[in-house]
Amino acid sequence: MATPVTMPQMGESIAEGTIVRWIKKVGDTVDRDEPLFEISTDKVDAEIPSPAAGVLLQIKVNEGETVAVDSVVGLIGAAGETVAAGEAVAEPAAPASTRAVATAVSAPATAAARSPYPSANGAPGSRAPGSVEDLRRRKSSPVVRRIAHDHNVNIESLSGSGIGGRVTKRDILGYLDRAETPAPAHTGTPIGLRIPAYQPGENIEVKPLSVMRRKIAEHMVLSRRTSAHVHTVFHVDFTTVDGIRRQKKAEYEQAGARLTYMTFVARACCESLRAYPVLNAALDGDTIVYKKDVNLGIAVALDSGLIVPVVKNADTLAPVDLSKTIADLAERARAKQLKPEEVHAGTFTITNPGQLGAQFGLPIINQPQVAILCVGAVEKRAVVVNDELVIRTMSYLTLGFDHRLIDGFAADEFMADLKRRIEHFDPASL
Amino acid sequence: MASIFAKASADRRLEVRRLGTVGYSEALAMQRALVEERRAGRVPDLLILLQHPAVITLGVKGDGGRSNVVATPERLSELGIAVEETGRGGDVTYHGPGQIVGYPIVDLRPDRQDVHRYVRDLEEVMIRTCADYGLTAGRISGLTGTWLGIETGVAEKIGAIGVRISRWITSHGFAFNVSTRLDHFQLIVPCGISDRGVTSLEKATGRPVAVEEAEDRVIKHFASVFDRDVHGLEP
Repeated sequence: MATPVTMPQMGESIAEGTIVRWIKKVGDTVDRDEPLFEISTDKVDAEIPSPAAGVLLQIKVNEGETVAVDSVVGLIGAAGETVAAGEAVAEPAAPASTRAVATAVSAPATAAARSPYPSANGAPGSRAPGSVEDLRRRKSSPVVRRIAHDHNVNIESLSGSGIGGRVTKRDILGYLDRAETPAPAHTGTPIGLRIPAYQPGENIEVKPLSVMRRKIAEHMVLSRRTSAHVHTVFHVDFTTVDGIRRQKKAEYEQAGARLTYMTFVARACCESLRAYPVLNAALDGDTIVYKKDVNLGIAVALDSGLIVPVVKNADTLAPVDLSKTIADLAERARAKQLKPEEVHAGTFTITNPGQLGAQFGLPIINQPQVAILCVGAVEKRAVVVNDELVIRTMSYLTLGFDHRLIDGFAADEFMADLKRRIEHFDPASL
Repeated sequence: MASIFAKASADRRLEVRRLGTVGYSEALAMQRALVEERRAGRVPDLLILLQHPAVITLGVKGDGGRSNVVATPERLSELGIAVEETGRGGDVTYHGPGQIVGYPIVDLRPDRQDVHRYVRDLEEVMIRTCADYGLTAGRISGLTGTWLGIETGVAEKIGAIGVRISRWITSHGFAFNVSTRLDHFQLIVPCGISDRGVTSLEKATGRPVAVEEAEDRVIKHFASVFDRDVHGLEP
């Protein structure tokens, strides 16, 4: 049985490594702990020892390729041993896709986090997966991506001469040559230039960012840079919902589900999204992409960050199933057991900071979506109804929306519709 | 538990060797030997401090940065500047008199096994050294090294880093410009970064700085950042 050789994690904040050199060739014998290959990451080259004694049976990742930490890069076995069919199952994903998976698993905010190189050249817009731009970016070689990263070039903005419009090394080097007199794109934004985070001698502790933290940071800045964020706040009466909740709670518990405010909000939100499809869309350059499915992202706070699992086709689920699915995804998110596809392809996001008492939030849009709903604390408040001061169960709902696509009037129509659906929630629909 | 503590305290010893001027290839061979010595436990953690005669060194990636040497071979030999290949990461670099070259031969096990942390720590040593001279140095995300003038928007590099790690034992390290001839950097595109300049302690402070004095500072800050007790301070 062959021993897999994996890409080691050389530091907490390191998600991938590039193989610079295989010290041993296929067929060479190697001792345990004898240097086997060299990797490179951020000005550091490291020699990696063999995990076992034997013969290098197979090299799965070639020199110059970049793969995620823990990817199998080769196999060590006994002399004369051949690679068993079963072991070939752990095919090394192509570098580009491995990277995508690694990013996706840790990505708090799904698809757009795949674009770690924000454009300095105006807004990149939201890209539909599979578009030419997407292909240029994701299917370009690690060398090209590295050059692009080092020179802060947005690959999507280049035209590629490679297969399917991929940007080749020649394309990007040519581009950089032409940009000899740096275009404003390169000098305009001092990306990377920072005011020092601390002064020498300050009493501090320095810790590396976790991969998740870094992805969240990238994604949030990308989103701020991409969308024209506007927020609108509605005060919504949950008294009816609260009544129904008390009434049906036991029934739900018998079915193994919890009837939370989120169930009602998610349910009503699906209906409003159906009525106002522009909220369930994305921008792709000069086109609007209407999403036919309502895939609801639900933000879940973790100890170490935030993740947004997605309830696929949320509008087609019966409320009891919707409630179960949300609970299940949240639980597995906290246990770090989500599958990569479960944080993908969201079309609209709901975040719920009210649990801690926040009255309302001003959320950042989860790219490439165009709107996000934020549920504030649901609590009893004194409000005026029919000229009388009464106590009602109330909550502020905030919609964050992308003004590039959605005007204030459309956003408020959606919110008024949502408010109406919640305040006059039909118990029969549960 | 007792044995872990014993090991940890033994590992805190740092021997500093100040070697004056040493040829690049000579220093390379010395490092290889010392890495083996360190692995075998025959020497404690080491900080080698020296200066190189003028030399342009190439990294191991791609063409090693050969395309970033802008001077012709004729011009280089006229100036008496050698070109050497290295075994380290990074791109092309210039070393020469007036530049403190630090080669830590340090075992990062058991508690510092993080290459990013190691690089950030080397940057920290140079940042603190700059602070001793009243200079505010810092980091630029994505551009390893130590930089001055970040807040002005025209950052200049004062310290470069290129590291090799073999089973968690470090070699190569950092190069810190004290009174380096900065015009020599124009013979190369330092580390492939063409749009940012290079500076030195002397240029930034506007007064002469002795290399030995700056070395003392580097040693002090290295010991503090890496939490080591220094032995063998004398040259």
